[in-house]
Amino acid sequence: MDVNLVPLLPAVQVLVTALVVTLRDLFIKDGESRGVLAFYSLVGLGLAAAEVFFLLGGRQEGAFNDSYMLDRFALFFALIFILAAALTILSAIDYVRQTGMREGEFYALILFATVGMIVMAAANDLMVFFLGLETMSIAVYVLTGMWRSNGRSSEAAMKYFLMGAFATGFLLYGIALIYGATGSTNLAQISAYLLDQPSEWPVYLIGGGFLLLIGFAFKVGAVPFHFWVPDVYEGAPTPVTGFMSVAVKAAAFAAWARILLYKLSPLDNDWVFPLWIIAIATMTLGNLLAITQHSIKRMLAYSSIAHAGYLLIPIVVGVEWGGLPLLFYLLAYSFMTLGAFAVLTSMTEGDESKDGYSDFAGLGFKRPFLALAMALFMLSLAGFPPLAGFTGKFYVFRSAVLSGHLNLAIIGVLNSLLSVIFYLRVIVAMYMEEGGAAGKSFRQAPFVYIAVAIALLGTIYLGILPADALDWSRRAFGSLE
Amino acid sequence: MIVDLAIITLKAVLVVAMVLNLAGVLGWIERKGSALIQDRIGANRASIFGFAGLGLVNTLIADPLKFLTKEDFIPPKGDRFLHTLAPCMALFPALVTFAVIPFGDVLNFGERVINLQVASLNIGILYVFAMGSLGVYGIVIGAWASNNKFSMLGGVRGSAQMISYEVAMGLSVIGILMVYGTLELQDIARDQGTLIRDLMPSWLSFLTPIVGWLPAWGIFLQPVAFILFFTAAVAETKRIPFDLPEGESELVAGYHVEYSGGKFLMFFAGEFAEIVTAAGLVTTLFFGGWQVPYLMRDGFHFPWGGTLLLPHLLIVLMQVTAFTVKVVFFCWVQILLRWSVPRFRYDQVMRLGWKMLLPLALLNVAVTAIWIIAAQ
Amino acid sequence: MDTASFIFYLLATLLVIASLLVVFLRNVVHCAMALVTALLLIAVMFVTLHAPMLCVLQVMVYAGAIMVLFLFVIMFLNPGALEQQRGLWWGFGTLLAMMLAGVLVPLVATSDLPADPVAATELFGSPEMLAKSLFSDYVLPFEIASVLLLVAIIGAVVLAKREN
Repeated sequence: MDVNLVPLLPAVQVLVTALVVTLRDLFIKDGESRGVLAFYSLVGLGLAAAEVFFLLGGRQEGAFNDSYMLDRFALFFALIFILAAALTILSAIDYVRQTGMREGEFYALILFATVGMIVMAAANDLMVFFLGLETMSIAVYVLTGMWRSNGRSSEAAMKYFLMGAFATGFLLYGIALIYGATGSTNLAQISAYLLDQPSEWPVYLIGGGFLLLIGFAFKVGAVPFHFWVPDVYEGAPTPVTGFMSVAVKAAAFAAWARILLYKLSPLDNDWVFPLWIIAIATMTLGNLLAITQHSIKRMLAYSSIAHAGYLLIPIVVGVEWGGLPLLFYLLAYSFMTLGAFAVLTSMTEGDESKDGYSDFAGLGFKRPFLALAMALFMLSLAGFPPLAGFTGKFYVFRSAVLSGHLNLAIIGVLNSLLSVIFYLRVIVAMYMEEGGAAGKSFRQAPFVYIAVAIALLGTIYLGILPADALDWSRRAFGSLE
Repeated sequence: MIVDLAIITLKAVLVVAMVLNLAGVLGWIERKGSALIQDRIGANRASIFGFAGLGLVNTLIADPLKFLTKEDFIPPKGDRFLHTLAPCMALFPALVTFAVIPFGDVLNFGERVINLQVASLNIGILYVFAMGSLGVYGIVIGAWASNNKFSMLGGVRGSAQMISYEVAMGLSVIGILMVYGTLELQDIARDQGTLIRDLMPSWLSFLTPIVGWLPAWGIFLQPVAFILFFTAAVAETKRIPFDLPEGESELVAGYHVEYSGGKFLMFFAGEFAEIVTAAGLVTTLFFGGWQVPYLMRDGFHFPWGGTLLLPHLLIVLMQVTAFTVKVVFFCWVQILLRWSVPRFRYDQVMRLGWKMLLPLALLNVAVTAIWIIAAQ
Repeated sequence: MDTASFIFYLLATLLVIASLLVVFLRNVVHCAMALVTALLLIAVMFVTLHAPMLCVLQVMVYAGAIMVLFLFVIMFLNPGALEQQRGLWWGFGTLLAMMLAGVLVPLVATSDLPADPVAATELFGSPEMLAKSLFSDYVLPFEIASVLLLVAIIGAVVLAKREN
């Protein structure tokens, strides 16, 4: 057995940061500033990002009997997770204080969740994957319920926990069946088994694959397993919602891509059709329901369901065409969604979150920068050029066309048109109506502004100059070979 | 085949009989012992034709008779089935735990080699903990089935307390497992027959003249573990100073407030059987089990030279006697504790379990690990 | 029928009965006790499969720890008997169960399992073997599991600690 600890470096870096934050928190007296904890977290994440870049240059190899594979694919996702965690922490600094949540544990749990996500993306063994998933999920369940003086936060946490536990059951049962059929939890060995016996798979192998599929669909919030999403996203503290809709979703897609799309791809024929239905239903239902919402937070929740639908297109399309658009779209989606939630975070007044359309009325005159950023995020989410969302959607639909799923591409484009309705409504409210909430000035919440600015830069950069990111995505997916 | 079966049955019967009898005798020791401690005369009323036998008649004949002839009362709104099941569940784990505790080395009987232990399991200690963890059900179910607020409170207290101390107890034993490298209690007992000088690492050899003559008992190798384990074991038996589940000044009689007659006797006997089991475990893990210092399989080999060969049967007899004496001694220590110290408050019980025993047990594991590496 | 399969069928029957009782009994504590019985029966099954270690762990973890906590919570909440539910969800649940049965039954019927899946050697299922594979082949999952437990502990404290 080989003990190669280098691939663990980024995950351990984040883990150690989380432990340091947890312990340091104990030595800060009540009433004293806990800003230093956020600083530690950001420094730790920065170091982890630096290590990821360092590892990108090196030779990528498996560790622990190939159960952990920190290849370019995993590193790409690790960067997304680190970015999401950092932006979430930045935008949460003032929010956490304002709402009276426990600061130390808040940052620590974000970091713990990030550890779980990195493990998930790098897991080359179903057991390691499962443990990473649970580490992430439990941390996020708690984060959802951390705003304890707010009843909806507790309700959301409870719902999320029950639904998540249910999904976990499906995943675990699927893993057990696959293990029973192939005799291994290691993806490389499972893949070898599948290639070895191309036709005679036991029924329960396919059954196991389907259970895994259901579990993943739960985790990314795809129709018909989406019903928990709006309530949970609405009830959770706003920065946590952003974190969930980006990082948790990205982690689930990372594992999905590695396990189902790539390693179990011989099973593809059995689930192209159900996935096709799920993708279309998810896009359409998400967008239709988003139109009817009055709360922007809830609208973004449905929009995140719709985006899960777009992200399913590359999964339906398969290994050959789907890899690059999946990764690139996730990156683009991360920036614009995190930015939108950061703006939403800044709207909180006291312990009340102001997230209705009417609260955004007139924001364009009160907080021009925030409003402009929000407008750009909305346009990007809807898919207007030259923003990141457009490039992402372009490559997603292109992959559908190139691989012969023209119908998927058409439905996707129609859905994008549909989504313009509710994204533009935000802009209309901000610039053509009056009398909403005040929002925060730069002085009141400087870190939110920084987070918004970073997200904005990313959104614009990926829209105008996507070449580098596309190249990364291509090489990252290529490393799965 | 049949002979083997008969031997196993005989051993099982022997052990159960020993535990139950000892439990009965403990009842007497407790009554008379408490009287001694509190400067009273104690149980002396019941007599057969004027013969009270130092209270033996009272505790061994009159008490059980009284219990068995009393009405078996089940609260009308209680749960009949569970109310009856609970005392059985309280007594069962206490009795079966003794199966893995060795009460002697092997007995050579002609061609046959009889291991003086009912069941030789390679997971002995885990078995003990598994059975111990079932002990909670007796209390919890009894408390719930009684449909009484006092018993309910006792049941909740009891389950919380027993779960808490199981954790500390399990962790405290890990040091012992690391030192002896086995989970089988007979092997642990056997390993304690060596002398400390044989285990001493070379860089500590200067200590050999001072402590080298001691037998390698758990108490000398793992003193902290002993304190932790014994404390947790007393807490597991739910006796003073940990008798919060009963707490007669607060909860009348706690979880068994609605029990009478034979069922109460079963709870009562279960408690004493637990004392015997705890004493047996402490003896086996920390005090050499059936070992008599310097007594090997063929006789005494003293560390200062000199050998005294003895016949096999005598040696086995000495071992079994040594084990019994040690067990009785630790039973007596527990009874002494019960009559000497006051009850803890509930928050103190929890603090002791989670904030003192548990960290200390973890520390003990860490220190033991460092010691083992250093001694290599 | 040899002794081994007789014991298996006996245990299996009892196990199915206990599991059905978990579902059909109306008193929560009775359900919990039926579940304890089922878990203990599974533990006994492990013994018949030459895995005493698993048996003991099953008793210790499930019957000894998890179910006690279940009972503990049940007592705190002290719920009354459950109502009979024969609504839409009942039908839905039955449908799902039938579907699962529809998958599992043909599966068991058609698959030809090896007669003796594992050669039960002297060391099979022993603490030594378990520890060896846990600390060599599966050391990474083992360590991640410790992170997972730590997160769960921190989370539980955060959610349960009394606000100032």
